[in-house]
Formats: sequence, C-alpha cells, structure tokens
Amino acid sequence: MSHFIDRRLNGKNKSAVNRQRFLKRYKSQLKRSVAEAVNKRSITDMASGERVGIPTRDISEPVFHHGRGGRRDMVHPGNQEFVTGDRIRRPEGGSGGGSGQGQASKDGRGEDDFMFELSREEFMDLLFDDLELPNLVRNQLIGTTEFKSVRAGYSTDGAPSNIDVVRSLKGAIARRTAIGAPLRARVRELEAELEQLLAAEVGEVDVRVRELREEIDRLRTRIAALPFIDTFDLRYQSFTKLPQPQSKAVMLCIMDVSGSMDQVRKNLAKRFFILLYLFLQRNYDKIDVVFIRHHTIAQEVDEQDFFYSRETGGTVVSSALSLAYDILRERYDPTVWNIYAAQASDGDNWDSDSLVCRDVMVEKLMPLMRYFAYVEITPRQHQSLWYAYQEVAGAHRHFAMQEIGGPEDIFPVFRELFKRQEA
Amino acid sequence: MKKSVISESSEWSFPLLERFDREIANFAHNVYGLDTYANQIEVISSEQMIDAYSSVGLPINYQHWSFGKQFVATEQTYRRGQMGLAYEIVINSDPCIAYLMEENTLPMQALVIAHASYGHNSFFKGNYLFRTWTSADAIIDYLVFARRYIAECEERYGESEVELLLDSCHALMNYGVDRYKRPAPLTLAEEKRRQKEREAYLQSLVNDLWRTLPAVDSVDAVATEARWPEEPQENLLYFIEKNAPLLEPWQREVVRIVRRLGQYFYPQRQTQVMNEGWATFWHYTLMNDLYEAGLVTDGFMMEFLQSHTSVVLQPTFDRPYYNGINPYALGFAMMRDIRRICEEPTEEDRAWFPDIAGGDWLKVLDFAMRNFKDESFIAQYLSPNLMREFRLFAIRDDDQDEHLEVTAIHEEQGYRALRQSLAEQYNLGSREPNIQVFSVDRRGDRSMTLRHYQHNRRPLGESVDEMLRHLRRLWGFGVRLESVDEQGRVSLLGEL
Repeated sequence: MSHFIDRRLNGKNKSAVNRQRFLKRYKSQLKRSVAEAVNKRSITDMASGERVGIPTRDISEPVFHHGRGGRRDMVHPGNQEFVTGDRIRRPEGGSGGGSGQGQASKDGRGEDDFMFELSREEFMDLLFDDLELPNLVRNQLIGTTEFKSVRAGYSTDGAPSNIDVVRSLKGAIARRTAIGAPLRARVRELEAELEQLLAAEVGEVDVRVRELREEIDRLRTRIAALPFIDTFDLRYQSFTKLPQPQSKAVMLCIMDVSGSMDQVRKNLAKRFFILLYLFLQRNYDKIDVVFIRHHTIAQEVDEQDFFYSRETGGTVVSSALSLAYDILRERYDPTVWNIYAAQASDGDNWDSDSLVCRDVMVEKLMPLMRYFAYVEITPRQHQSLWYAYQEVAGAHRHFAMQEIGGPEDIFPVFRELFKRQEA
Repeated sequence: MKKSVISESSEWSFPLLERFDREIANFAHNVYGLDTYANQIEVISSEQMIDAYSSVGLPINYQHWSFGKQFVATEQTYRRGQMGLAYEIVINSDPCIAYLMEENTLPMQALVIAHASYGHNSFFKGNYLFRTWTSADAIIDYLVFARRYIAECEERYGESEVELLLDSCHALMNYGVDRYKRPAPLTLAEEKRRQKEREAYLQSLVNDLWRTLPAVDSVDAVATEARWPEEPQENLLYFIEKNAPLLEPWQREVVRIVRRLGQYFYPQRQTQVMNEGWATFWHYTLMNDLYEAGLVTDGFMMEFLQSHTSVVLQPTFDRPYYNGINPYALGFAMMRDIRRICEEPTEEDRAWFPDIAGGDWLKVLDFAMRNFKDESFIAQYLSPNLMREFRLFAIRDDDQDEHLEVTAIHEEQGYRALRQSLAEQYNLGSREPNIQVFSVDRRGDRSMTLRHYQHNRRPLGESVDEMLRHLRRLWGFGVRLESVDEQGRVSLLGEL
C-alpha cells in the first residue's frame, strides 16, 4: 500500500546552510568578482544582486580519473557508412571519438566560470566585507522621535487584548483565598463547637445547635458567593515606550564642476559617492546627503543638478569648504550627527586658494568631522591643492586622500580608504 | 469489462493520485508479480526538488559546501530554463521514498509513480547488488546518525577542520568500497553502540605503527615483513580508517561515514542501464495497460508518450547533442528486446539465446533484473537485433596510432566483439583507474605507497597532485603514487 504525503508546506530552504558554506569557502574569489562587477556596473543599479563567477577549476572536486592517451575502445550508435577496418582521421580538438559516458565532463569544460546569482544582501556583504567606518560613534539623539515598545511589567488597566490571563487568574485565587480565609476560620470554629455539643448528647432541637447550623450555612453561602473572577483581579501586560538612541549621519558630497571636470570624471566621482552612500547606509539608520558643487562659487544643489548640470569656469575650492562649514553649523549639530564628507576634484585650484583651503580644513571643518575623504581624479601631476591637503592629513588622522586614474581604481581606492584599521 | 476513465483533466489531486496508484499497483503486483517495498510518495515543490538534488538525492544529509555548490548550480540552470528538473527522485529505502513535483500534470505524476514507485522500487528490492551492498531499511536512520555526528564534530572541532576532512574523503569516495566482501548491515542503534567501542579499539590498533622499540632480530624481521600490507588494498578509505596513524577517533568515524555512503551508491553506479531500463520498461508497460483497460484518455496517452519518447531518445554519434549512449534508451530497448525474444523469437534469437527464446518473459526478465549488473547484463543479453537497431559500431582510439580504427560494426562477424566492447564500457573496474595501497613503510618514515595499475596504457588524469594532497591529509605522512604499466614497469607519478 502506498502512502501519500504532502510535503509542499515543509521548508524549502534545506540547502541554505550549504549555500552559505559554499559562499564562505570561496569568499576571496567572490570578492574579486564582486569588485570587478562593481566597476562594470551602471551607476543606477549599484545596490542590486549580481551574477558572479568563480573559475571552475578553483571549485572542482578532484577524483582519480583517466587522462587522455592509451588505448580506448568506445561503442557509438548510429553507424552510417563505416565498415570494420575503416581508419578515420582523428577529429580536431575533440578527445578522439567523443568522450564517453563515465568520463566526467567537468574537467572538459575548460576555463569557464561557474556563474551564479548573489542576492543583494550577499552582494553588499561581500562588497563591504572588511571595511569599516572610521571613528564610528553612535551619537545619542536628544529629543528623539524614535521609540521602541518594551515590556514594563503589569498594570491594572489597559486594553482587553493585553489581558494577561495567567496573572489575572493568580490574582483571583489570591483574592478568594484572602477574603475567604476569616470566613473559613469561623466556620471551622463553629463546626468544632457543634461537634462538641453533639458529642455531649445535646439533641438537634437544642437552640445553640440550631443557631450554629444556621450560622455555618450563612458563612458557607458567603464563601460560595465570592466571585470567581472580579474586575479587581484583571492584570494587563504593560508596555512603555523607550526612546531609542539613534545614530544619524550626514554625508557631504563636494564636487568640483569647473570646466576641467568633464562628464567622464564626474561619472567616476559619482560612483565613488554612491559607494560611500551605500556603505554609510549599512552603518546608519538615517542618512542625510548634502550635495555641494563648486566652481568659483559654491552652491548646495539637489542630486540631479549635482551630477548632470554643466558648469564652466575656474575653481575656488575654499568656497565649497566654507559653504560646507556654514551648512554644518546651521543644520547639523556635531553632537547629534555623525558627519562624513567626501570631496572629489581634478585637483585644479587657484594657487593662492589652496592655502586658504588648508586653513579652513584644519581649523574649522576637521574638528567637526568623523572622516573626510578626498579623491583626486586626475591622470596628471598633482597641483597645489594636493600638497595643501597633505598638510591637513598630517594634522588630522581622520583625513584621507587618494588618487583615482580610471574606473578600475575606484573600488580599490574605496577599499583603501575604509579598510579596517588594526587597533 | 471496460472500466471508466479515471480523469479527463490533466490536473492532479490527492484522491486522483491515490486512485492511479491503486490501479498501477494492481497491475504491477497482481498481473506482473513485481515485488516492491512499501511506497511513500511525497509531493514537493520545485524548490524542494532542487534541495533534494543538491544533497545527492538523499532526503537528509550532513552539511558540506559541495552540496551548496550543487544547489547553486542547479538553481541557476533551472531558473534560466536551461534544464528541466528530473521528474522524480527515488530513494533506495524501505519504505521506498519517491518525490513527485507539484508542477507536473496528472499524466506525468502517473508516469513517475509507475516508473519510480514500482519500477525502481522493485529493482532496489530485487537486484543482487542492492541486496548485497545496501540496507534499505536502515539508510535513513544511518543518515540521521551521520548528520548528527558530523554536526557534533563541527561543534567540537570546528567547521573548517571537519570540512577539510570531508573534502579529502569525498575525493576518495569511489575508493571506499570492498568489492568482494559483503558489508555488514546497518542499524542505527548498533552503529551508535559500536561507534564508542570502535573509537577506543581503533586507536589501540593503530599503535602498532607507533611502536618505536627497535626489533631485536631485525634481520629476519625485515625479510619477513618486507611489505605491509601483504596484499594490496583496493579499499583506500577503509585502509586509511583502520591504519592511518594520526587520525583522531572522530576523524576515523567521519571517514567511515563517507565510506558507507560511497558503498550505498556503489550499486547505483553499476546498474545505471539496467535500473533505468527496468523502470522505463515498467512505466511503459503499466501505462499501456491503463490505456488498454480504458482507465485513461487518448490525450493522457499522448502526453505520456511525448515525454516517454524524449526520455528514451538516442541521438546518433554525429548529432551535435550526442553525449554517449543514453542509459534509458539502451536499457529500455534491451528489456523490450528480451520480452520480444521470449514472445516472438526469430531463428537468430534461438541460435543466440537458446535458453530464453520462447520462454516466459516475466520469469526471464525477473531473473535478469535480479542477477546482473550493467556489464554482465549487456554481455549476456545484448542481441544482434538490437545492435542493428542502434547501428552500433566500435572505435579504437589508440594514441600510438594516428587514426581511429573501426574495430567492429553491427554485422555477423562483429556482434560478439561489439557486445564485449560495450559491456567493457560499463565495467566500473576499467572505467575508474585501478589504484591500490601497495605498501606502508612501517619501519621507516611511515610513508604510504599507492600503485596505479594501468589498463590499456591509459594514464591518470591531471588531478594527481591534488589527490596526493588529499591522501596525505588523511594519511598524515608521506604519500607516493606509482604507476605500473602492462609490462609491469613501475614509474613514480608523484610524491608528497
């Protein structure tokens, strides 16, 4: 007799653990693939999952098997024109007469990659693995609006849905015991007396006996009348709202949009900013992004303008830094916000301005910052701004600067900037 | 008496499945006398099917990254539609577990029930290899034991430690079978009880390798103990489990678990053509019976035949998608051919198969199913008629010859050579390199020497270095691999 079982509702992720182990084992190869993928990606889908590949030979599971050579007899179907004794030229490239059954094809597959899909989570984990935000402090937000409901014992009133049955019934038992105790004690006293009287051969007609019996009955009725449960007994689970410490970050994106920054460079900068944004997102619940672009004057703009509007003209970097400082002072109290900034530029600046930049940075901006990353997108020689910033880097440990030559540099540079510091 | 059609629709439901199962069982048991384990038929979704795939078809298994890799690969090809999932997975256990995929239509479900729950099932129960090498009633329990044990080891000794060990064991899984001795049956309680004893006992055995006191009469000893083990050992994993000096007791147990799983799969590797042929033959026969009894519609049969024919399709060697001989096609054709030889023998059949021509086909098939494996089955039953039908031809590929040579075709002079050649192709012994433990240097550096005995001058593939690493990890001391050619000349392949 056959037995049918419907297993469709059973879990379907039996292999999840094995999958995770597989990913873990090939983490280094995957990381390489992911890094490559990031550079190839279009800017808009930076945060989706990804198809990645691992070289097949890296993950093959070896077994003893025959190699090529020696003598092999193979039987094939579908003979058309061969007769015994025919001699056939060896087919080019093939392993001679086709590889038979039995022979594992996995070794014949060559250098193909073993491709598969990573989920968004997995992708981001690998992407930002080993990276960390420098100087991360979870600032407590005063006057926070985020609350979390937590249990806070029991209360005597509340919504019916929160009635705690066990607790309420315990209360009811206690109440019945407490109120009934003197009555029961009295009943026991009277019963003892009654027994004494009856033992002394006093008849049922005795006045005292009748009184006692009435009294006992009355008390018993009162005990029975104690309510099983009373509104007085009800207990409600109580919740209170605790303010949650919440970490907030603001990220300042500062970009040079002068004539020398063409669309290619802006795209490079944008990729860098997006990576930074994604990374911050993993560390902070709430992130504000402030876009500041500048040529000779700086202005705060929205994302669209930041990346796509065309500007020309010279470059005064300090204008952007001053604006950033003003915005921070006005809107982002450093005791409440974690402040990060990334600046992208091609390094051009008015010579005399670089020193101003250095002073603004060292004296005003850096004390407010958690981290300031400067990337210079240039294939050329460094100019005065780079050297001015080197001085800043000397004065402040949470200032980092790197150089990007082309799209392939972005991710390595990003990793370099945020790699986990040994304590 | 014509019965009424079971269902006009192609949608399945549990009552319909039960009805089909009853009808199929009726034919299988009462008309053909198939002897089966009880059936447990489980309906699962396609995701669950992928899960089942990736643990080598077992319903429960220990955890290992390679199953994850398999899972990822299967999921990937399935999502992209490059590959349909197999219609069924069937497990050699008692009760025999078969999976039906929820997405399939009613005719497909009926096909799978006939194929797996009656075809494969009776093969598992009847074939001598399965009877000898597997314990259907204990496998699930054993898997539960193995999973727990390995999870425990991971907790105690760390995941990566266990993983390395399993990697090495998996690499040698095909060399973990005693080919000639019948293994002891498995039972869970017994396993657990004995496992403890074994740990202590095994460790004490190994101590012989550790004996450091110099032997007194060393001259004689060297002469008599020239080689150890005295006989070459083909069961590498067993040899390692029992003799590797450095393995911890738990590691020996893990080696043993992999060895036992290898043993469980050993019959399957040797009966592909027979097992699939048998199951395909029966689903074909049973479905036709349902049709003749008027239980299914023409549409049902069309759908059944459509998938049946694609299963038994044998592309010829010159097609681009040719990938060797299709075991379903060959097995099915041979089973049908045996029936034909019994029912309508020709003169040729009488000459080639005097014992069975004109006999009772049920008995003949049953005998064949019980007592053969692929190699001997083909050597015994492949008929000239079938060789002509498949237009088989044998090719010799010799690296000392510039050309390939056609050594035999489907003609009078070629039948025997062709049959022999095809049978040899399914001989596990020649398909897998023959590698044995040759000696262990017990007095010296405790290194182990393995020998590869060449067959037809075929060399080992390029995985030698990696395999040596795995062997060394298990053995703990130096490992040498030598190759012995057909003239008996020994050459060193690698040393680690």
